[in-house]
Amino acid sequence: MPHPMRGATAITGLGMTPMGRVFGKSATELAADAVRLAIADSGLRKEEIDGLLTNAGVTGTAGHGIGLPLQNYLGLANLRLLNHMNAAGSTAAQMVQYAALAIAAGMANNVVCVFADTPLQEGTSSGAAYGGAARNPGRPRGMAGLYAAAGFFGANTSYALATRRHMALYGTTHDQLGTIAVGQRQWATMNPSAQMREPITLEDYHASRWIVEPLHLLDCCLVSNGAVAVIVSGAERAESLRQPPAFVLGMGQGHPGDVQRAGVEAETETGAKLAAETAYRMAGVGPDDVDICQLYDCYTYTVLVTLEDYGFCKKGEGGPFVEDGRLAPGGALPTNTGGGELSGYYMWGMTPLSEAVIQARGQGAERQVAKHDVVLCTGNGGVLSYHGCLILSPHRS
Amino acid sequence: MADTQARSKPLPEADEASRPFYDGALAGRLMLMRCDDCGTVRLPSRRHCDRCLSTETTWVQASGRGSVRTFAVMHRVYHPGFADEVPYNIAVVELAEGPRIVSNLVGVSNADIRLGMPVEVEWERHNDVALPKFRPLTSDR
Repeated sequence: MPHPMRGATAITGLGMTPMGRVFGKSATELAADAVRLAIADSGLRKEEIDGLLTNAGVTGTAGHGIGLPLQNYLGLANLRLLNHMNAAGSTAAQMVQYAALAIAAGMANNVVCVFADTPLQEGTSSGAAYGGAARNPGRPRGMAGLYAAAGFFGANTSYALATRRHMALYGTTHDQLGTIAVGQRQWATMNPSAQMREPITLEDYHASRWIVEPLHLLDCCLVSNGAVAVIVSGAERAESLRQPPAFVLGMGQGHPGDVQRAGVEAETETGAKLAAETAYRMAGVGPDDVDICQLYDCYTYTVLVTLEDYGFCKKGEGGPFVEDGRLAPGGALPTNTGGGELSGYYMWGMTPLSEAVIQARGQGAERQVAKHDVVLCTGNGGVLSYHGCLILSPHRS
Repeated sequence: MADTQARSKPLPEADEASRPFYDGALAGRLMLMRCDDCGTVRLPSRRHCDRCLSTETTWVQASGRGSVRTFAVMHRVYHPGFADEVPYNIAVVELAEGPRIVSNLVGVSNADIRLGMPVEVEWERHNDVALPKFRPLTSDR
């Protein structure tokens, strides 16, 4: 018997603002733009929106991101579901999951999930947007001070440490990581929304400067201003709306956190494994059934390790798995078909989710993958600490 | 010379919970917390054992030995105090007692660092604080 949540809900609306070095609008204003676009895209009337879930990026951490007050800015009175959610890069998938569960339970009908972020300031670098901790004045206190004292700053360092361990344990190479970056750039050349659309070669990858070794610049995601909203509705309603529904077949989460205890393999085994178990079971599919992957790609390594944990290959074999260009246009497992966060745009978990919806609908134009029956979409947050999964399909059953 | 370079780096100071660690450091002792109930050794400073949630704890001196779990090399200057240091290494050392600690390896070139390399703590002393660094143990040859 199919799982009761399989195909019970669908993503019915998608709204995306311009993304990248976009200035002159606050996170709230960008969020409102994305919500307006998503409502128009869906064909719903604004009055039919009865749920709102929000997620702020780093501007949330800085204290001027979107949150519950967005409800008032949008003039959405009488909501049946409202929350501000944050599990970092896994939040987008989690917002859709919460919305789907609430809709299936009869608690709401059409729920807007919106992410907005404005980390970039005019005239400053992308690095400045995420390196803020290094600029804290005064002496760092307590044990956390050992990080700053050692010169350990930011997520680039954390992911470099994880990548290094995988390389050392399994022989993963820069050629293999670079193949991921090159393939995603190929996809990005066909995506009008992508920030980086000039093709790159493996030589360009090797020549790009070190950020934190073993991470080259081209191993690292972009930093973007912008907003993305999606609307989740019940399956019946979805079938009567304007867009082809992207039905939610499977959902799952897995959160190893950052428990640094003896025996915990935090760097090379992620929450994707638990999430995959739950989501595959709900959807009634396995890795062999997946046509397209949209994998959270804050770094090339994140893609590689996520593929392993979803069972596309064995643990440690992610390098050989990707090195033949399998993920690139024309490959056997089209992955991050909009360029992802490496070359497309960095909207946390909304990057894979937005492209998953586009591909499930069949609206990818030049970059549309012919077979798009099962689309796997993942979100990752922290340092491989939090993981959310959605399996989408144009088919309800 | 090392002191001159280090002067503008961020130097931590103890808070109440971490004071035994930093006091130990000034005396050349690497102090960890051991759970009285399950025996799990943890990095300070948290009141609860992260295995059994007991709050009964004894501070113990660690052996100071461990091995390199993973490492990275910093090439960009995220803090002006490290402008003269790049490229410098960051290492996660898994201590013999179990916990993992973030530090730098000294006495080894970045190109020669390997996972699993045995290391031992040594102390970088500043005015009112000492920082744990780790040096590879040389095998007799």
